[in-house]
Formats: sequence, structure tokens, C-alpha cells
Amino acid sequence: MNELFEVVITSLQVSGISLVIAALMAIPLGAVIGLSNFRGKKLVLGLVNTGMGLPPILVGLVVALLLWRSGPLGFLGLLYSRTAIIIAQTVIAIPIITAFVMVGLQKIDPELIQQTTALGATRWQMFIILVREAKLALLTAVMAGFGGIISEVGAVMMVGGNIKGDTRVLTTGILLETRMGNFNTALVMGLVLLMISFVINLTLTIIQQKDSRQ
Amino acid sequence: MMQRITLYSLLFALYFILSSCSRTASNHQILLATTTSVQDSGLLDVLIPAFEKASGFRIKPIAVGSGEAMAMGRRGDADVLLVHSPKDEEAFMNEGFGQSRQLIMTNTYIIVGPSQDPAGCLGTKSATEALAKIANTKSIFVSRADKSGTHKKEMSLWNKASITPTGTPYIQAQSGMGAVLQIADEKKGYTLTDRATYLAFKSKIALKIMVAGDTDLINYYSVIVPNPNKFPKMNLKGAESWADFLLASTTQKVIAEFGQDKFGKPLFYPALTNE
Repeated sequence: MNELFEVVITSLQVSGISLVIAALMAIPLGAVIGLSNFRGKKLVLGLVNTGMGLPPILVGLVVALLLWRSGPLGFLGLLYSRTAIIIAQTVIAIPIITAFVMVGLQKIDPELIQQTTALGATRWQMFIILVREAKLALLTAVMAGFGGIISEVGAVMMVGGNIKGDTRVLTTGILLETRMGNFNTALVMGLVLLMISFVINLTLTIIQQKDSRQ
Repeated sequence: MMQRITLYSLLFALYFILSSCSRTASNHQILLATTTSVQDSGLLDVLIPAFEKASGFRIKPIAVGSGEAMAMGRRGDADVLLVHSPKDEEAFMNEGFGQSRQLIMTNTYIIVGPSQDPAGCLGTKSATEALAKIANTKSIFVSRADKSGTHKKEMSLWNKASITPTGTPYIQAQSGMGAVLQIADEKKGYTLTDRATYLAFKSKIALKIMVAGDTDLINYYSVIVPNPNKFPKMNLKGAESWADFLLASTTQKVIAEFGQDKFGKPLFYPALTNE
């Protein structure tokens, strides 16, 4: 039971940190792409949307290749650590969140933007106003990002190594228990994963719905 | 407000990243590339804590097939290897990638199959003879096909029997041992497995032991310390102390007793027998 608790905490920790970092990068990025008009925007949109379908296992492979001792970033000694998992999960979550933010902000009334600009808002103030306006879309974006990384197996296995007491998370733990023939433990871990997903999504949905009624 | 939240969360994230960095950078860590069967059987969960307590090193076990473990060793991506693929190990040493290679323990492979036994393997003493029967009757055989030690063993047995397995009855699963046992069980096929994994899965599958006890079916596990001249960055001290630990008489005794309480007989036989 203690081990299970440890694995749950690791899962929440690495996915939580990845999510925060990814959101901090992806929300401004999505906002910039979604709100501005520039040449080649369609190409960028296409790229971000492709990124949404980015195979996580490919991300895992590339991150692993970079972090190998014999690889270009090997001197950092990061492979098979929580940091490596966070890097991979962040890369997986960024395009997902960016794409949702982009779409969400595109739906904002262009008149609001014009008015805000006319009232002399700075870029930062403008950003804040838009974020408030598009809170629902942002929450959806973050939820989608979270769903993408908490359930990731392959990439996390590759860069984390599934080390007991260190980089073992729920998904890789399930894999190991299955391999060991402990189907009951695997199933319990699966249910815990499902419960975490449910609780977090429920919380976000409640916030979302409350907000949309206002 | 928003700015402050952003700032704090950034600092928070940085703190976590830096704190995990400092943990990984220490040379107290030993990256152990190990075959899956040693982890899946639970043996590592017994050996690693004992070693860490005695030596002060921290082991990071990465469970992969023997083939991949040796590939990691060739690249210098592992400090020490625990593998069971003797022919590849010899090549590894001959090519100068290893400093030392020592036998740690053995266990046995067995050929398992459905109780109907369509190939009539039951009672066959020789593994190669059993494979010939399976091939001749075009019975289903599930292969690991993943370059693991078990897969290499299977290939050498086919080779010895002068058979090239082909066709639909030869299923190349490219999966771990547990998954292959389940596939063989579902498809009512034969497969080659190490005894430890079979015992762990025995209650979940209907496959029966067909061939056991042939000297061709001995499974040799060795520890390899890579060549520090080739990989100056490796943790040589840690690797050597892990190898010494595995061969210490107290550890060998632990290996000899492991699994006895759960399965009624040991899963591994230590290489050093005092008697």
C-alpha cells in the first residue's frame, strides 16, 4: 500500500510539473498564434495540429536519444530521472494545449479586441483580459493536456526507466505488474489512475460550468 | 496578480527540476541494465535494497532484454550489466567492451505447451527433439522474437536441431516472457520459457511443462563490468562493488533461498556452491 502511495505521488508530481511548465509556454504561444494575423499562419496552424497527434513514443525516443550518456546532452546525466519524464511529458503536452488555446481564442469577438486596444490597453493587459474571456477554453486546453500526459506509458518508460521508488509512475507500474503476472495489483493501479483522472477532470469541469453560468 | 502566480509557479517548477538534477548528478548512482526476468521474478527487489544499505551506492535498474542491455553497454549507457545470453556476452568481451564477466547464477528453461500436446512432446528428454516434433507436426510455437536472452536461446536450439522455423504456426510475438506465455496459452501453442516466469504465471495459464532437465536448457546469468578505458564516464567503482556483492557468499545464499517460500523451490541456483 505504501508503494502504491509512492507511485501515485510520483505520477501526480511529474504530471503536475509538466502540466504547469507546458501551460506556461503553450498558453502564450497559442494566444499569439490564435490572435495575430501573419503570413504562413495556416502553415503554423497545420504544424500545431500535427503536434497534437504527435506520437508520444516518438517524443520518448528523441528525448532518450538526446539524453543518453553517449548522446549530445548526456553530460547532464538526466536520463532515467523524473526530470527526463517531465521533459518528455512537457513536449507531449505543449502542442495539445497550444492547439486548444488557439481555437478557443479565435472564437473571441474581434470587437472586444478592438475596444480594448482603443482604450489604450498594453499588450500584457490585453492578454489578461483575453485570458479571462477565454477561461473556459483555457481550462479545456489544460484538461486535454493533463489527460494526454497522466496516461502516457511508452515515452515515460523509455526516458524514466520505471525505477522503483524514483521514476515508477502508475502507467509504468501497471505494465510491470502485468509482466509479473500480478493482475490484481495492476488492476488496482488502473482504477487509481482512473479515479485521479476523474477527480481532476470533475474539479475542472465544475469550475468550467460555474464560470459559463455567470 | 496573474504575474505573481506565473512567477511563483515558474520558481516552483525550477525548484523541482533543479532538485531532481542534483540528485541524478551524483556518482553514487549505478545504472544497471538488466534482463527483465531478474526484475519480473522479484529478485532485484530483494538484492538492491541489501546492496544499497551495505555499500551506500544507489542502483537504477533498467529492465530490458539482454540484447538491449548489451547494446546499452556497447554505447557506454550503463555502468554494469546483468544478462543471460552467453554467446553475445562472449562477443561483447572479445570486442573489448567488457572489463570482466562473471557467472552469478543459473536457472533452467523449460518448454511448455497445451495439455492436448498435439506434437507429442511430453516425455521427450531432448529440447531439440521436442522442437523437431513441433515443427514436423506444424504445431503452434510462440517465439519471444525480441532479441532477449530467451529468444537467443530459442534460436540456438532451432539451430542445433537444424530447423528454420517459418510459416503461420511460428508466431513472432516480440513481447516479454509473461505476454508470450499468455499468447501461447490463448493460441494453444508451445513456447520456451525460463522457469521463474512460468512459475509466476502458472496459476493464470493452462500450459503444462513438456520438456525440462535437458543440459541444453540451462540458463546462465552473468554480471558484466564494462571496460573503463572505453567509457571513462562510467561508475567503475560502483559497478565493481555490485559485481562483488552478487558473488559474495551471503548474497549467493539469498539467491539460493529466493522464491522458496512462494513456490516451494528456488527460482535461481547460485553459481558458487560452497559444498
